[in-house]
Amino acid sequence: MSGLISLKKIKRHYDVGGEKVRALDGVDLTINQNEYISIMGPSGSGKSTLMNMIGCLDTPTEGTYEFEGELVHEMDDDQLASIRNRKIGFVFQTFNLLPKATALRNVEVPLIYSNISKSKRLKMASDSLVSVGLEDRLDHKPNELSGGQRQRVAIARALVNNPSIILADEPTGNLDSKSGIEIMKILHELYTNGNTIILVTHEEDIAMHAKRIITIFDGKIKEDKINKKMTKAL
Amino acid sequence: MIGKSQIKSLLRESIRMTMDAIKENKLRSILTLLGISVGIFSVISVMTAIKTLESSIESGLNVFGTNTFMIAKDPAIQFGRNEKYRNRKVINLEQYLTLKDRARLPILVSAGAETNDVRLVSYKDKKTKQTPVIGGGDAGTLRTVNTYISDGRNITDEDVHLSRSVCVLGADVVDALFPFEDPLGKVIQLQGLDYTVIGITERQGQSFGQSQDNYVFIPITTFLQRYGGSKTSLSINVEAESAESYDETLDEVIGIMRTIRKVSPGKENDFEITTNDELMETFGSFTGGVKIFAFSVSLIALLVAGIGIMNIMLVSVTERIKEIGIRKAIGATKGHILTQFLTEAVFLCMIGGIIGVIFGIAAGNLISVVAKVPAVIPFDWAIYGLLSCTFIGISFGSYPAWRAANLDPVDSMRFE
Repeated sequence: MSGLISLKKIKRHYDVGGEKVRALDGVDLTINQNEYISIMGPSGSGKSTLMNMIGCLDTPTEGTYEFEGELVHEMDDDQLASIRNRKIGFVFQTFNLLPKATALRNVEVPLIYSNISKSKRLKMASDSLVSVGLEDRLDHKPNELSGGQRQRVAIARALVNNPSIILADEPTGNLDSKSGIEIMKILHELYTNGNTIILVTHEEDIAMHAKRIITIFDGKIKEDKINKKMTKAL
Repeated sequence: MIGKSQIKSLLRESIRMTMDAIKENKLRSILTLLGISVGIFSVISVMTAIKTLESSIESGLNVFGTNTFMIAKDPAIQFGRNEKYRNRKVINLEQYLTLKDRARLPILVSAGAETNDVRLVSYKDKKTKQTPVIGGGDAGTLRTVNTYISDGRNITDEDVHLSRSVCVLGADVVDALFPFEDPLGKVIQLQGLDYTVIGITERQGQSFGQSQDNYVFIPITTFLQRYGGSKTSLSINVEAESAESYDETLDEVIGIMRTIRKVSPGKENDFEITTNDELMETFGSFTGGVKIFAFSVSLIALLVAGIGIMNIMLVSVTERIKEIGIRKAIGATKGHILTQFLTEAVFLCMIGGIIGVIFGIAAGNLISVVAKVPAVIPFDWAIYGLLSCTFIGISFGSYPAWRAANLDPVDSMRFE
């Protein structure tokens, strides 16, 4: 298995009111293809910063980040946008859908930015929505969908560009337990189909769905272990 | 790096997003449009009106026949009063006759004078509704103002010589006094004085909403005897033989007039020469001023509208920070966001501009209805108008778009 993602000595410092905050303080992490990883840690641990780093939303103050051979730490904003578009599928706690656009349109947006023709775009977007079981909700706007359905639209959007990793940030945080289980089931399916999944959560029972659990504390990796009792959402 | 088809699809997307944004904020968008519309409206309506006037002037100001010019004491178009003209000597019959006698080059020299002082023009129990202009002239006068006899005969040299009480009627006067009778040979009264109708003229129609047919034309000598005074000044119309001899004829006539009126060498003429070209020029200098004024007013209006656009776009960016964050997170580059917001600004400006152009042309052409001249569409100004809209959209939309493009995706997504 080759290293899909490789972070070396990643540091990320912020200046907050003249005080230096070390959100990440020397993180080394390698993620391989078709891994199912959860990143755990209490709030303020640097978990979100690490997720933004992996998701190419942020660049390190120090250290190197290689994503399938591309040097992310050297990229400018537009290159970062491009790699996010091509290689990363985001699933957020608050769904982050465009509120005035239909489900189909929401899923179509990443394809617009990768310059795919309209007919192809519509086909890909609707296929993706079908794959998460929303074939009869294509023309619904987010406010006409339940929380679970919204999150499934977000997953469809994350999948539509056929990304290298799926980055899910507290994907069940705003959902009731039933919808939460549904979402975890979809993620598990994606994993068994060969996708690489990175799950960021502070809930232990959600983290237990992953095969490898990384715990972060004070900007450093405290524990990195294989989860032998992997929960299978069914 | 980006191909043509990509730009096209990006633009199409931007327009689609713009439409969505406009639909979501109808009132705000309309108010923004309005600013641009008013600016463009003001310039287009004035330019259309001027163009309408100009095109009607082309026909309306062509009062003289070809190769004809007019000599008079005062300029034909005068803005305000001027002592210089008031203190000039009048042009009297004697001067006219001397000129006519001495000038060799013109093929026609004729005099004219007119008055609006005759209030009552009647035949039996009928009278004219609008007081006609009473004009005095000789055999050539009608011709020099492009008017021709349709029935009967013109005033002759003999009529002038003998100061006969005869008249030629304009079509409006015929309509009013002789609805059912043949006017020829009938005797009409101008304020009690009898005149025999010897001819009627072809209908001229209207110019600037005024009838050109409401007049009674009598021999110049008769006119001067009955309606003339110490201040009555003749205008003399001179027709050159051809366009080639026009300048030479003009020189000759000016020379003779200076001699007659004893203008010392080196002094300027104490009379005015008016030509069709000159009328156009005078009008042109007047409309030029109006154009510059309208243009500056519009410029200010457009500047204000531009600031309005900028303001609205900044609000729009702030309202959509979260959306921008999401778009950037899933792969929108700075260029994508910039294009989206610039398109929105330009699109708003263009719609506003198109509305302004349409209403401006409509309002400008109201003049053509009043003046009864054909409507015009100033394509050049319409294009300038739309181009300036694009320019405003780009220049005032740039800063808000730039701000949107440089938002941080993580912070923006958290923005509530």
